[in-house]
Amino acid sequence: MTFAPPPLGRFPQPDAEYLMRDTTSHPPALAPAYKTSVLRSPKCALISLQQSLSEVTAPVFDASELGPLDNDLILNAAKDGLPVGERIVVHGYVHDQLGRPVKNALVEVWQCNASGRYRHKKDQYIGALDPNFGGCGRVLTDANGYYAYRTIRPGPYPWRNRVNEWRPAHIHYAISGNGWVQRLITQMYFEGDPLIPDCPILKSVPSEEQVRGLIALQDRSHFVPLDSRAYRFDIVLRGHRATLFENRVQAPVEGAST
Amino acid sequence: MIQSQQLLQPILRETASQTAGPYVHIGLAPQAAGFEIFERNFGNVLVDDRTEGERIRIEGRVFDGIGTVLKDVLIEIWQANAAGRYAHPADRQPGKVVDPHFRGWGRACTDFDSGVYSFDTIKPGSVTGRNGRAMAPHISFWIVARGINLGLNTRMYFSDEAQANAADPVINLIEWEQRRATLIAQREERKGGVPVYRFDIRLQGEGETVFFDV
Repeated sequence: MTFAPPPLGRFPQPDAEYLMRDTTSHPPALAPAYKTSVLRSPKCALISLQQSLSEVTAPVFDASELGPLDNDLILNAAKDGLPVGERIVVHGYVHDQLGRPVKNALVEVWQCNASGRYRHKKDQYIGALDPNFGGCGRVLTDANGYYAYRTIRPGPYPWRNRVNEWRPAHIHYAISGNGWVQRLITQMYFEGDPLIPDCPILKSVPSEEQVRGLIALQDRSHFVPLDSRAYRFDIVLRGHRATLFENRVQAPVEGAST
Repeated sequence: MIQSQQLLQPILRETASQTAGPYVHIGLAPQAAGFEIFERNFGNVLVDDRTEGERIRIEGRVFDGIGTVLKDVLIEIWQANAAGRYAHPADRQPGKVVDPHFRGWGRACTDFDSGVYSFDTIKPGSVTGRNGRAMAPHISFWIVARGINLGLNTRMYFSDEAQANAADPVINLIEWEQRRATLIAQREERKGGVPVYRFDIRLQGEGETVFFDV
């Protein structure tokens, strides 16, 4: 089937664009209860940009760039024994807003140890470092958008915001999808954590539905008997909308006007 | 042909963003956090000795709303190669080829003492934008840190491309002309070294960098 592109108008444009970001899915830049956001939030409105190749492309990663233990936080920093704490598997799917798997997405995770202490030179918390735990890992999603890694369940810890402020246990995620606009940083929390309702960072998320999306559920079906419990955490990235017309224009149309 | 089935599909909500927090280095730049864990690290050098194009260095600092230099910021950049092509299958611009020695992506942390970040890369070529209009050479920036709830997107342009910048469809979208200068990195020649482009980012207030909703 052939389709003659109109001489004026929508062509050429990227093969596929991403759905406009729904900002009500995210915390506002300024969330005063999270005090650090007060001086780090832009005051001017963001300028909305129609996507070009610069926005719909993104780095492509190769499995050979990752090491064999990169998705095993229990072993990837172990020196003379195993890290202390509850052994867990975390797994799930990365898909886009249209439900399609995001293949080959780079999922990077980092966290504190079971005592609530990060292996970071700037973390001064009294909770003990674990000589056998690093707290970072990474994995590429497979053809179904599936990822999994093994770790120690992180502990809660105090932080300076209000005097008696505690973060619920969480694992940080950075996800790099197939387009630059899919880049996302977030945090995964654990079902049933009593600190969740009181956390100013989590409370900056504008709806309960969106908060629920950040809470991993215990997944008994994936427990490893006599070894580890499991949590399921799915991630939704910006939707990839194919162009409405199947026959795509490959080259700029001569004389196309803007 | 309209793909009606796709149009009727329910649209899921994007997972909510959360701040990268103060310890973002552990996950994304563990060497900066003070330990070695991965064999291969993603860093701020985008070139090897076979990459085509003019070698440049990008340097800058990030400031908050009262002018404080921030020392816990992570920045990623994404750019086309010297020919103006992205190393991604969606880029099918005719006549431009991928450089096998250039992915075009890098990641840098602001220094814990000086607050300076830097990238070693090449100057990108011009990429064709929407409706066939050329975009001036530019680099996409993504900025995350403690206190930033949703990663900030901006673009860096080049001071020695005044003519191309004046015709750039994205720069021209910024209705406040005085704000356009916030996207232009200033070229400095350093003796015996590669040219340096200074690109400071102001998160808030006077001289606030233009950020994009992409």
